[in-house]
Amino acid sequence: MRTWLRQHRQAIAAAFGKLAAQKSAALLNALVIGIALSLPAGGYAVLFSLRQVTLGATLEPQLSVFLRAEAKRAEADALGARLKGDARVGEARFVSREQALKELQATEGLAEVVAALNRNPLPDAFVVRPKAAPGADGASLDALARDLRALPGVAHVQVDSAWARRLGALAGTARLAVALLAALLAFGLVAITFNTIRLQILTQRAEIEISKLIGATDAFIRRPFFYLGALQGLTGGLLALAILGGSLAALNVGVAELAASYGSGFRLTFLAPGDALAVVLFSAGLGWFGAYLSVSRYLLEIEPK
Amino acid sequence: MTCSHSSPATSQRPWLISFSGVVKCYPGGQEALKGVSFSIGPGEFAFIAGHSGAGKSTLLKLIPAIERPSAGAILVNGQNVGSLKRHALPYLRRNLGLVFQDQKLLYDRSVYDNVMLPLAFGELGAREAAGRARAALEKVGLLAREKANPTQLSGGEQQRLAIARAVVNRPSVLIADEPTANLDADSAASILEIFAAFNQVGVTVLVATHDEALIGRFATLVLRLAKGSLVE
Ligand SMILES: Nc1ncnc2c1ncn2[C@@H]1O[C@H](COP(=O)(O)OP(=O)(O)O)[C@@H](O)[C@H]1O
Ligand SMILES: [Mg+2]
Repeated sequence: MRTWLRQHRQAIAAAFGKLAAQKSAALLNALVIGIALSLPAGGYAVLFSLRQVTLGATLEPQLSVFLRAEAKRAEADALGARLKGDARVGEARFVSREQALKELQATEGLAEVVAALNRNPLPDAFVVRPKAAPGADGASLDALARDLRALPGVAHVQVDSAWARRLGALAGTARLAVALLAALLAFGLVAITFNTIRLQILTQRAEIEISKLIGATDAFIRRPFFYLGALQGLTGGLLALAILGGSLAALNVGVAELAASYGSGFRLTFLAPGDALAVVLFSAGLGWFGAYLSVSRYLLEIEPK
Repeated sequence: MTCSHSSPATSQRPWLISFSGVVKCYPGGQEALKGVSFSIGPGEFAFIAGHSGAGKSTLLKLIPAIERPSAGAILVNGQNVGSLKRHALPYLRRNLGLVFQDQKLLYDRSVYDNVMLPLAFGELGAREAAGRARAALEKVGLLAREKANPTQLSGGEQQRLAIARAVVNRPSVLIADEPTANLDADSAASILEIFAAFNQVGVTVLVATHDEALIGRFATLVLRLAKGSLVE
């Protein structure tokens, strides 16, 4: 156990020594890794920030059924009863035109506009939430909207959540793109580490071959290179976070302005601590893996079978 | 684990090397050994003599399984090393002190660090390892040069450094390939004195040489190779 600890300590020291011995090259590699990883990490951060927004909006489909302006309250009651009787409707909430105006008045920047109106231009309406049917899709929602449009007294039916669904679908595609990018760059990271370690091995070929001849185990030979690969990946991961943090801060200057013009406090947020840690560990793990492939191949080369 | 990691120089366990019907064909059809059989007992000082190309180096490389035999059995301390698994090789090699024909020193570090190399993967703590390294350098008369770079050493001194590295793990067997090849008579004699000193304390010594004059009073066994076969 003590031998084991000592040998690991020595391997880590050796890895740091090698990093220090070729500072600029190692740093450059870590920087390449950092830049590469900051791209999917950035994509993830942006998507994560947007998700907060789309979650705030109702993703559950919802229909607004506007009545004709001249419709009487009795007509509205009759329509309400029809809606509640429809098997596809889960909930139908009546919003009177007075109530709608009040809500509009409460909306930022619209109070003056509403005050300037001399009469209420808004119709009565029902907010309809379809029954959550398994397998319900856009088509069944559109069918429901079409049927409701045909009811007496109805002026207009609006599928409210269409934009949210579209955004959701778009976000799904973007997530897939980010995942693909991450996978590609992970592959690249392994290749970079593989190459660095291979070059490092070549500079130490004599030591490795002699060590093997006089009784070093493969594990002993591999260890410092594992640490070197992992250390390079770790540094790259940390650099990726730094690049991401800097970029988000810079982007947020513009984003804040844009969001403020919409009366929103929206900002691009940095990765959650767990996600940030995952980026660093993932990067270190890939570095380790690249080193593993590189050393294993070399050891098989000098001592086949 | 099936193998011992360290055995003292004054070995209680008998180390025995025995070849029976060993054939070695290199890829390309070259038959370097053509059915060689012999045994070397513990504590022996054995010479392998023969002209260049006779197969001496090949024979020595078979013992630590640097080369594998094409046929026949090679027993080292009861283990058939010809069929030893890759992962078992390090433990075999740690019990054999190897002095290579080209010495295989590392010229990017000091004399002391060269001797420390085999101790890095051994089981000794740092202080004990340092003590061992100095003791080994002392035995070959190089302690005063521990901070020097191997390139600053003479041919004889480099050979002695190679011997120090070979014995630092206190092997039971010391194997040297042409250790005096490029040395003058005095240096060659002092190298042999060093081997004799280790042999005195129980280390089995196996030396390959093309120089018959070297085989002097110390030899307890002489194997003569010619074109891959033992003669006489
Ligand atoms: N790695 C090798 N590949 C092919 N042939 C080899 C190799 N090593 C040695 N030989 C051949 O095997 C024969 C014996 O070589 P070697 O064992 O080095 O002899 P010695 O050490 O007695 O001079 C020689 O003919 C040599 O050319
Ligand atoms: Mg030879």
